[in-house]
Amino acid sequence: MTEAYKLPAPIGEKVTRVDALVKVTGEAKFADDFKFGSDLLYGRIVRSPHPHALIERIDAGKALALPGVKAVVTGEDTTNRIGLYLKDRYTFCRDRVRYVGDPVAGVIATSVDIAEAGCKLIEIEYQMLEPVLDPLQGIQEDAPLIHPELGEYPVADFIFPKPGTNISNHFKVRKGDVEGTWSDCEVIVERSFRVPHIQHAPIEPHVAIAQVDHTGRITLWGSSQSPFAQRNLIAESLGISQREVRVISPYVGGGFGSKAGVSMEALAVVMAQAVPGHPVKLRLTREEEFFCAFVRQGLVAKIKVGAANNGKLLAMKTEYYWDAGAYTEYGVNITRAAGYSSTGPYEVPNVWCDSYCVYTNHPVGGPMRGFGMPEIHWGIEQVMDIVAEELQMDKVEFRLKNCLRAGSSTATGSEMHPTGLKECITKSAQAIQWGTEETASAPHKRRGKGVAIMWKAPAMPPNAGSSAWVRFNEDATISLGIGGQELGQGSHTVAAQMAAATLGVPMDWIHISGPLDTEYSPYEWQTVASRLTWSMGNAIVEAAQDAREQILDLVAQQWGEDPQNLDIKDGLVLSYRSEQVLPLQNLVVYGLPKPDGSGWRGGPIIGHGNFMPTYVTSLDVETGQGERAVVHFTTGCQAVDLEVDTETGQIRLLRVASAFDVGRAINPDQVRAQMEGGVVQGASTTILERLQLVDGVPINPSFVDYRIASTVDAPEEIITIIVEVPQDDGPWGARGIGEHSMVPTAPAIANALADALGLRILDLPLTAEKVFFALQEKGGAT
Amino acid sequence: MAKHFISLTVNGVREYVEVPSNMTLLALLRERLGLTGIKDGCSAGECGACTVLMNFEPVNACLTLAVEAEDAVILTVEGLAQDNRLDPVQKAIIDHGATQCGFCTPGILLSARALLDRNPSPSEWEIKDALRGNLCRCTGYVRIIRAIQEAASGGSDDRSL
Repeated sequence: MTEAYKLPAPIGEKVTRVDALVKVTGEAKFADDFKFGSDLLYGRIVRSPHPHALIERIDAGKALALPGVKAVVTGEDTTNRIGLYLKDRYTFCRDRVRYVGDPVAGVIATSVDIAEAGCKLIEIEYQMLEPVLDPLQGIQEDAPLIHPELGEYPVADFIFPKPGTNISNHFKVRKGDVEGTWSDCEVIVERSFRVPHIQHAPIEPHVAIAQVDHTGRITLWGSSQSPFAQRNLIAESLGISQREVRVISPYVGGGFGSKAGVSMEALAVVMAQAVPGHPVKLRLTREEEFFCAFVRQGLVAKIKVGAANNGKLLAMKTEYYWDAGAYTEYGVNITRAAGYSSTGPYEVPNVWCDSYCVYTNHPVGGPMRGFGMPEIHWGIEQVMDIVAEELQMDKVEFRLKNCLRAGSSTATGSEMHPTGLKECITKSAQAIQWGTEETASAPHKRRGKGVAIMWKAPAMPPNAGSSAWVRFNEDATISLGIGGQELGQGSHTVAAQMAAATLGVPMDWIHISGPLDTEYSPYEWQTVASRLTWSMGNAIVEAAQDAREQILDLVAQQWGEDPQNLDIKDGLVLSYRSEQVLPLQNLVVYGLPKPDGSGWRGGPIIGHGNFMPTYVTSLDVETGQGERAVVHFTTGCQAVDLEVDTETGQIRLLRVASAFDVGRAINPDQVRAQMEGGVVQGASTTILERLQLVDGVPINPSFVDYRIASTVDAPEEIITIIVEVPQDDGPWGARGIGEHSMVPTAPAIANALADALGLRILDLPLTAEKVFFALQEKGGAT
Repeated sequence: MAKHFISLTVNGVREYVEVPSNMTLLALLRERLGLTGIKDGCSAGECGACTVLMNFEPVNACLTLAVEAEDAVILTVEGLAQDNRLDPVQKAIIDHGATQCGFCTPGILLSARALLDRNPSPSEWEIKDALRGNLCRCTGYVRIIRAIQEAASGGSDDRSL
């Protein structure tokens, strides 16, 4: 889009977050801030201490005898299995436990302490089963089966479980002739990588309060990225109508995927059913938060890449073995996304990929910021660096030569849309003076620079929908109804910007209607996949246009003019022909009196809009090929300049340049904020984070033993670069940016570390200890 | 559980309450006094979301017993803005877009206020050091640090609520 194109205010402007004031005064309400009075009861969960076992007997007698305990629920109180893409779990275990933390029983009591005491009184006998503790073990033919009933589970039509195995999805890409191409390659590089489980660690723990009234109607208050998906999945699992379930969700204190789908909310609902009339609160402790909500899946990646002597990529073979955990109802689609994105943002004529979702007796893998992309790019981007090294090509040059451009054929044989990836690479490399050697601050320290590129599409069903409404108040201020959640990413602010720009009113006239309530808010599939700005944005624009047209038609009738000649600016309806002006106040609710006194015209204005992609095609089961695998890809690049201490192994990030093609920055300041946050979260997961599982038992479930980045770990400088190559079906060309900035961070750091020390570490995280010992093994820094 | 009558001043208001021995200051403030601006992120003194000022010093309210606050002066996020004016740190956090999900923000504001009270012109390192007990998973801290630097240098004059 040319610079001459003028964006309507306040699109593209730095506007203050609409939620900032209530968040600095403490007025912003989060789910745990609601008050429920003295009827409130508290739930606690008895969880499996074993990774894999059959439940032989549960005796709740002593717990029920404890004063203050109101009820105990178990798997017998659940009806149908629950899950997003694959219904593979019961809310409470029925006959088998599959991970340490699996919920076996729920105790409802008058206080948390009593519920906790009640949990300890429940007697459970288990029969131990051999656990699966690694995906490479899980795929063996003689591996213990974690889900013998896999073949019976309802499943989405783009997920392919293999009953009789631990593989709940196998996504294949077969493009060109990979095996026949290796002999044409000048350079072939093959490496294996491991990515451990990590935890999203939002600062707000999961909390859900459920109440079932005496008609059976359920109300659920929770911290949720997905009120509508929760309504749907919980209703299905209980065998009741969606009409009987109402989900209310205020501001979310960080999600990053952990509060998408259903994780612990259904537990609260089943417990509330045992005590009709009483709200029941279930709040995860920080310890539970680490392994009883979703974790990011582990990954074993085997990557083989071949290139010609002219530096062009010829073939790529990837095998992704996902350590997907005990239930993969959501995770199966991560493994699919990894498959269709398996090459990273490169043009490769011959591609082979097998992406296996493998059940293990580990915590439940689920969506986390990046949805499989940080995990696969960790390996891809290091292999590409090594290929460039072996070709003796500059690593930036190599990427510019091979990266996707408009019209490129992707791994699935789909055509790449226009993308600013090259600009992202060039600008981020420039920002850290790529090619210039820097001097370390001390003799025992080394400097290094690295880059990594990425792509990511919103991973979702092909028909994930959004809707919106705009409703006027008497003074022409507006309630904007949206179903997308404010998790901190700034969606409320861009929503208000888009509505104001479309309607032609000042932004402070827009109020986002809330808290989000499935009873009143318009439908939104989920707040995931960096899809709101694009998808919900389109629905908002359509809703605002609908309202605007109703207003212009009304005033045009009143003035005897063609609505084409009318416009709304700064809240005033004006005619470019007759130059009449009319403020919106009152007419948007009361209509207008006909000039001849014969009555009134108009009525309260409500505009509505929706959006759903209609063009995503299915992919061939055997080859993964198809015309359009996804809606679009956001692409980007990060360049890292670091210093590493050879005496301690400690990495210090000096400069990180982060460049992404966001299509159109609706709010450039918020785009930059997303990039900064993603860089630091990415750096934290690269250098510090690993959920340590020993025989399936998490041994570091606290912020003391599982460190996340604090102020002192943040890079010295983060340079953010916005690239705008518009999306054809995005509002003003926008596409998402919420997740992407943590995708290339880890491999960019690893590549910079390799530059500094001349060694490669293939398993995350890059702890000081690991770097130190790798250096010892190598015999010192180069 | 033994009960204790204590009095304390919370955001300028004298409170007289009866508390059990094991009640935390966090529970007293959030559940008894209804000050839900203060957040509970870990109940174990690891995340800093429950930071309040007790006699002008930042404390983790989840690790402080209510009885320890006998006769104390407590400041929570609800008491930061006064006379219809935001605290300069609040204003700077807004201006710099330094809050995202907002769950850690109340604790960060109070750590920052305590820092500026004892050291009106802190270096970047001193800011980082004062805030290392306040975890934020969204912002990457960059804007928070910048905002506190601005608040220290006087900040914006227009702080009306």
